[in-house]
Amino acid sequence: MEPLTWTGNVGDFLNPIFWIAAVILLVSVIAQIILSFFAEEMTLQANPDGTLMRRGGLFGLVERLTKYSFFAVVLIVLAYIILGVVLPYGSVGIVGNMAKQFTPVWLALIATFALSITFKRSLGLYGKLFDSTVGMIGFGLVMFWVFTAGFAGMFDMLATHDPLQQISGLKNKLPGVPLPEGVEGYPHYLLGGDNLARDVFSRMVYGSVIVIAIAPLATVFAFMVGITLGLPAGYYGGRLDTILSFLANLILAFPVILLFYLLVTPEIVATGIPTFMATVLFIFPLVFFGVLINSRYHTQPTQRTIMLAVVLGVLGLLYLSLISQEGTVFNFMPAALDLFDISSGILVVFVSVVFVNSPTVFRIVRGLALDLRTRDYVAAAQTRGESSWYVMLWEILPNARGPLIVDFCLRIGYTTILLGTLGFFGLGLPPESPDWGSTINEGRKLLLIFVHPALPPALALLSLVLGLNLLADGLREESLKD
Amino acid sequence: MGLFILRRLGVMILTALCLTFIVFWLTNLYPNLEKLAKTQGNFRMSDEAVTSYLTNRGYTQSLPVKYGQWLGVLPGWEIEGSDGELRRRCEEGQNYCGVLQGYWGYSTVFKEDVSKIIATRLALTGKLMFWVLMVMVPGALIIGILAGMREGSKLDRSLSTFSIMTTATPEYVSGVVLIAVFATPLFGMQYFKGTATSAMDDANFQNFFLPVITIALYGMGYIARMTRASMTEVMTAQYIRTARLKGVKFRTIVIKHALRNALIAPFTVIMLQIPWLLNGVVIVETLFNYKGFGWTLVQAASNNDIELLLGVSVVSVFVVLLTQLISDIGYVFLNPRIRIS
Repeated sequence: MEPLTWTGNVGDFLNPIFWIAAVILLVSVIAQIILSFFAEEMTLQANPDGTLMRRGGLFGLVERLTKYSFFAVVLIVLAYIILGVVLPYGSVGIVGNMAKQFTPVWLALIATFALSITFKRSLGLYGKLFDSTVGMIGFGLVMFWVFTAGFAGMFDMLATHDPLQQISGLKNKLPGVPLPEGVEGYPHYLLGGDNLARDVFSRMVYGSVIVIAIAPLATVFAFMVGITLGLPAGYYGGRLDTILSFLANLILAFPVILLFYLLVTPEIVATGIPTFMATVLFIFPLVFFGVLINSRYHTQPTQRTIMLAVVLGVLGLLYLSLISQEGTVFNFMPAALDLFDISSGILVVFVSVVFVNSPTVFRIVRGLALDLRTRDYVAAAQTRGESSWYVMLWEILPNARGPLIVDFCLRIGYTTILLGTLGFFGLGLPPESPDWGSTINEGRKLLLIFVHPALPPALALLSLVLGLNLLADGLREESLKD
Repeated sequence: MGLFILRRLGVMILTALCLTFIVFWLTNLYPNLEKLAKTQGNFRMSDEAVTSYLTNRGYTQSLPVKYGQWLGVLPGWEIEGSDGELRRRCEEGQNYCGVLQGYWGYSTVFKEDVSKIIATRLALTGKLMFWVLMVMVPGALIIGILAGMREGSKLDRSLSTFSIMTTATPEYVSGVVLIAVFATPLFGMQYFKGTATSAMDDANFQNFFLPVITIALYGMGYIARMTRASMTEVMTAQYIRTARLKGVKFRTIVIKHALRNALIAPFTVIMLQIPWLLNGVVIVETLFNYKGFGWTLVQAASNNDIELLLGVSVVSVFVVLLTQLISDIGYVFLNPRIRIS
């Protein structure tokens, strides 16, 4: 087998066009920025015959050039991907073959966008996202990784090799290297081999599974904790607020890395402190949903009791099987009832990420509650004689959803960064784990000699976090338009 | 105003006490002490030997007592050990020796006094931080002001995209990418060095630029976005409109009228960003092998060097609290609309 080049035969005619378009785009963007200081602003001039004329001269020309060269670059990138998917193996290079591996993701993305854009008027805030270009780009990036994680994690698709499989002779080999003679499996290491002769591309794909599984879930838990504590702190104020705010500031004043180093060492794990923290932190969703249902339906006791029993039963079982684990202080569940076991490494990482994030959420929710509690609808609910928790959860919380949704997106990104930081310092997750932080940590040790093992996970993490930031920006823009 | 500062100081000291107590508790948990005993004595120690080692050195006293001694408000222990040797926490003739008296303990990894290590390492990190701030603050303010000057313009959109890009790039990603591009022959742009070890003695553009820019980029985007928000708000204010209607030149409006009011909010943000820089410092010093304060933190934490870790935590907690205090007080001073009764 021949080693693959980056773009293969397709590149022979596409590469020059791509570079020309890219250079024109770059030059025109820079020219535009410089011109914007000097050039006259673009104005529309109404002519006597009723037509409109755009005035702008040079600036307008550069602007059109930027637009067309941008479209050209996007089209060529699309061509790389589509040709990669369509053409047979071998005639396209590394880029094309990666595009081919991601075929299910492209199909899922196209389906999502087609459906969402068709029905965007009836989809509320989510539909409005498709009115903003920035929001759509962000959503596309995020969904790309969500689908990647889904297909790789649930159906074992996309990846070319097992993330832990080592093939001798491929240690630190450059992207596109063929497998040695007589070895079964996909014929190339698309993005080369890492320091232990594992496939960089497959590790990047499987790394997304860990990140996509932990980051949003940890953020949800942090929001549960923050909301359950922040609402009463803002609504009641007084001493409760003082104490809770002091505690939140205490955690916030801790340098994050120091906290991680203190919490995620094997010695501390052995004492069971993370398990205790998990026990406390994970009870908040139960409290939240219990109070949420009770405060709304306590006037209809039978209905409430049934709902509470179902919801708390399911959540309670999940909660108990989450905290009861072999080898820790809590190991009380009979094996038949214990639904799943999480490896203690992942649990510790999860707990510390929730712990670091929840004080910030608390502060945001508290601020929103402080602001909203003086509104008329709150006064109306109080006059109706509703309980305090009803006012907080069914009057204040729904009205605070806009900023909270935006912050939720940003915070998933921040959680992803924190997870990467943990991996970067080799804390918590096992060293052979394919998550992006750990792979960057592995790759950086030989960074000055071999660049290719560290770059793919770094760029993957960058694109996911960037997508979440852009998504949050788009959501903020659209929710402000109301 | 005096009362306000006093109350803030009180809360700050209380927070510092709580935080150092938590760190003290976590580092003095039994598994950590056992590991300490085994690394200092020998690895095959029996459980009884570990206990007597720890008892002889005052580690098995109750936690508040140990904390008080470490802080220097309780007299140091004096124990006649099971091996007949009399050991004291303090030197002869001293009863109180703790952080307050300037006794920070002895590092088991570096075989040196903790206070000395921290002083030298802090000086190195200070050099790094100085250049980071010199790059980050002017850069962020210029980007924010240019972007917020004309909201919605092309310039605004390109600069805002740039700031979002930098906030979405954590230091370990930008560091890796920057090293790959500028310190390896891969792209033919090998202008800088990938390690900053030589910058500890002799920092020059070639070996110091990459670590500085890596930290500065991550913080820059956030400050720039805050500056932009504050600038756009000021630019829509009534007095700016008045000035425009009077026919004042746009440049004069921005520099004379808008800038002073727009820079109040970024001041707070910059001060509050300093604790976050600490994070970046730890990552970048590890990545570029620059043996400063952050590198010391990693070494102390991963080698179970209890007293060094405590010293590092005290310093970092105080940096965080001090910047918070300065930002609170500075905000009140700068913003005449806020009055503290």
